[in-house]
Amino acid sequence: MNLTHILSYSIWTPIFLGSLILLLSGKMSDTQAKWFSLISSVISFLITIPLYTAFDFSFGQFQFQEFFHWIPAFHINYHLGVDGFAVPLILLTSFTTVIVVIASWRSIEDRVAQYMAAFLIMSGLMIGVFSALDAMLYYIFWEAMLIPMFLVIGIWGGPNRIYATIKFFLYTVLGSLLMLVAFIYLYLHTHSFEIVNFYNAGLGLYPQIFIFLALFMAFAVKIPMWPLHTWLPDAHVEAPTGGSVILAAVMLKLGAYSFMRFAMPIAPDAAIYLKDFMVTLSLIAILYIALIAIVQKDMKKLIAYSSISHMGFVTLGLFMFNAIGIEGAYVQMISHGFISAAMFLSVGVLYDRLHTRQIADYGGVIHAMPVFSAFAVFFAMANCGLPGTSGFVGEFMVIMSAMQNNFWIAMIAASSLIFGAAYSLWMVKRVFYGAPRNQKISALKDISRREFFILSILAVLIILVGVYPRVITDMTNATTAQFLEHMHLIKPVTSLPLDV
Amino acid sequence: MNQLIQSDLSLIFPEIFVLSMAMVVLMTDLFIKPSMRWIIFALSQFTLLGGAYLTGQNFSHETQFAFSNMFVRDGLADFLKMVSYVGTSLIFFYSRSYMKDRDLYRGEYFALVLFALLGMMIMISSHNMLLIYMGLEILSLCLYSLTALDRDNQKATESAIKYFVLGALASGLLLYGMSMIYGATSSLDLNVISTALLNHPTDHAILVLGLVFVVAGLAFKLGAVPFQMWVPDVYEGSPSSIAMLISSVPKLAAFAITLRILGDGLQSMMVDWKQMMLIMAVLSIGIGNITAIAQTNIKRMYAYSTISHIGFILFGLMSGTLNGYASSLFYVVSYMFMTLVSFAILMVMSRKNFECEKLEDFKGLNKRNPWYAFLMLITMLSMAGVPPTIGFYAKFMVLQAAFDAGFATFVVYAVMMALVGMFYYMRIVKLMYFDEPKLKSKLDVPMDMQWILSANALALLVVGLVPHTFMEATTQAVALSIH
Repeated sequence: MNLTHILSYSIWTPIFLGSLILLLSGKMSDTQAKWFSLISSVISFLITIPLYTAFDFSFGQFQFQEFFHWIPAFHINYHLGVDGFAVPLILLTSFTTVIVVIASWRSIEDRVAQYMAAFLIMSGLMIGVFSALDAMLYYIFWEAMLIPMFLVIGIWGGPNRIYATIKFFLYTVLGSLLMLVAFIYLYLHTHSFEIVNFYNAGLGLYPQIFIFLALFMAFAVKIPMWPLHTWLPDAHVEAPTGGSVILAAVMLKLGAYSFMRFAMPIAPDAAIYLKDFMVTLSLIAILYIALIAIVQKDMKKLIAYSSISHMGFVTLGLFMFNAIGIEGAYVQMISHGFISAAMFLSVGVLYDRLHTRQIADYGGVIHAMPVFSAFAVFFAMANCGLPGTSGFVGEFMVIMSAMQNNFWIAMIAASSLIFGAAYSLWMVKRVFYGAPRNQKISALKDISRREFFILSILAVLIILVGVYPRVITDMTNATTAQFLEHMHLIKPVTSLPLDV
Repeated sequence: MNQLIQSDLSLIFPEIFVLSMAMVVLMTDLFIKPSMRWIIFALSQFTLLGGAYLTGQNFSHETQFAFSNMFVRDGLADFLKMVSYVGTSLIFFYSRSYMKDRDLYRGEYFALVLFALLGMMIMISSHNMLLIYMGLEILSLCLYSLTALDRDNQKATESAIKYFVLGALASGLLLYGMSMIYGATSSLDLNVISTALLNHPTDHAILVLGLVFVVAGLAFKLGAVPFQMWVPDVYEGSPSSIAMLISSVPKLAAFAITLRILGDGLQSMMVDWKQMMLIMAVLSIGIGNITAIAQTNIKRMYAYSTISHIGFILFGLMSGTLNGYASSLFYVVSYMFMTLVSFAILMVMSRKNFECEKLEDFKGLNKRNPWYAFLMLITMLSMAGVPPTIGFYAKFMVLQAAFDAGFATFVVYAVMMALVGMFYYMRIVKLMYFDEPKLKSKLDVPMDMQWILSANALALLVVGLVPHTFMEATTQAVALSIH
């Protein structure tokens, strides 16, 4: 098989098939639309698999590159390529899309074709973000991705969906516009939008700080980092289950990935200079947001806050500037992709049956749904970092790298494991254990085969990464080494030249 | 001598053609029955086609002057004229059923629009202040009377009078400024003025005073803050089809004269006009975007959105570089195509005895007609500057040029204001997609309009995917014409 255009196929196949569904939406029945979407998403997923199997693990540079001049007037190129940081996320994206299509099988009844098409198109655009090597191309994918999500939350969301979706849109765009300004600055400096040229721009510290902060606004909103996180709980609570899954599993990763792709290598001195700032924000996210999660009454909100707290580990790991921290952050990203998807799907399972997400409305679900409860308890355990699950590996690696830097950082980060256990297990206790709260709960039906299928795949993956994290770290080793080399090579870490 | 006149005349063939055809249209209308109006329509479209043919026929990249340097034909002029033909043709298509429903589908309408087009063509091609003024007045008088085309409509008459009074004032300001510049340089020819300013700087005070008046007059015609008062009222009062005309094609001509006077003739006074333009750009972008949020009438919202777009256009001009001029040209052309779609959809949703002008009329459009909701979605995204639409590149080019010219702080400001703008554009998307429809009736659109409108709206997206040719065209047009 010829793999020269595999990235283009990965991006455009879901977009094309999604648009096709959109065009045919009037002529298809809902069931046909569902099957068509399922087949499309599976095809799109299969196309991305060679990225993993044919990837050269020992080589940290960009692979599968594609290049042509797109807008020569501004030196904008259609330049794609992936390294070890991008491939696992691309697979995560296409995989999650399949899960979302299956998970929405019964829960979406209104305008099914449009819904499915939105997710397929979004998946292509997100893969585009992960594989763009030209800043403008990246920016276009990044912004275009917002539109389907805006519509998904706004059309299929909960009662307060309009507030949530507009907040989501404006927050994200605020950040990305500043990113655009940073890109224009870099363009005027290097006369190119190639990311690799940005890396070698050789900027002084002050310009780097401005660039870093502008990019920070874009990515920190996306991750989201405290105090720019307030859109996330709203968006999650109002989004339909599929929207929440994509949001938590993939979209949040875009922010962290972009830190690794843009902010840190383009402005390495600034990244090191602002390290304490970033670490402080991460620790606040880890600790303070975990405390907020404990008191939540709405299950989705609780998981949303827990996501922010877990993403705090990612940024903490990134800004420890050592290999184990960065790889830990990366494992944490993938692992959070699986766990948060699983958690949101579990809430979706309950919501489909009782149409409420309030913890207080549940109790004793285990009596009616033993199989489902087993899954849910397992995912909750994974969420609070039980050894043997993927949640443990990432957090452990990050805490270890923090320990190499500073005992207290590690201490504070580690304490969140307790809070993580507190909010996850307390929620499990209130929802699943005890006597059935009312008639409706005792009458619940256990999960269907379809639900069993997606939850078990996620459970298997969580255990796989938990016991054999090398499926991910083998991929990122070479790239991490290269990344660190780049961060140090341009300027030494210790002495900061204060030129402009 | 004879030779000279002949070559002069050959340069203004398109103008002559449009002028004579406008008269033919006017005369023909007297002799045909109302049911035969399609002839007028066909004749008008033929005029535009013929104009485009004549303009395209002698397409050369050389700059040619005629009538003692009063009239110029260059890359910029040809490009803008071509776009004007297309724009006017689209206006005829989009407004047809709307005007029919309101009993305004008459010969005068076509003749006046063609005369207005003639005025614009003269503005685009003039290289002499007097000719600029003449073109501007031809255009303005047509627009005043078009605004009042619906005679029995009190609101339309009121806004026409408002437009006329303020417009006349602005023309006066412009003329006054021109006379001062004439006094200082003893010429109205832009070339002569430009060399005179370079060689022996005369009395600077009077020049600057003249410049202030000229800029004020131009700003009024463009509709930039603080000379924007007329814009929302005129948009609201006039029939949608006329508002569409006012907001679209004339902006090209206004841009052309601004570029020719400031960028070409008064180039050496750039330091002075840069500041004025900067203030106007900053105010227009800010006030336009913020005030638009408070509007419930969609035409007023469009008006404020226009003001903010004009701010961006001035922002590009203000950079004072070829790059900046090209970005403004790109912006103004893409703005024209966006605004045409936005008004056309307004007219699609209006019917006999029903005027779509409240924001809430857009409620649930996706349920009533998903295709038009989608077209409107593209247009709103393009206006908001979301990639990959053409509006994004327009903003990108302008910001890039301004950044290059050293206005980094204002770039950040403009970007923040663009964010404010996104709110009210997205509000329309919200109304269309997330709300339940208030009106249930089906949209009834003629087939030709449906196709053309779809092509127009999809072009905003498709050109956004492959913007290179269009970018090159604008850069070329400016590079060939402004030195």
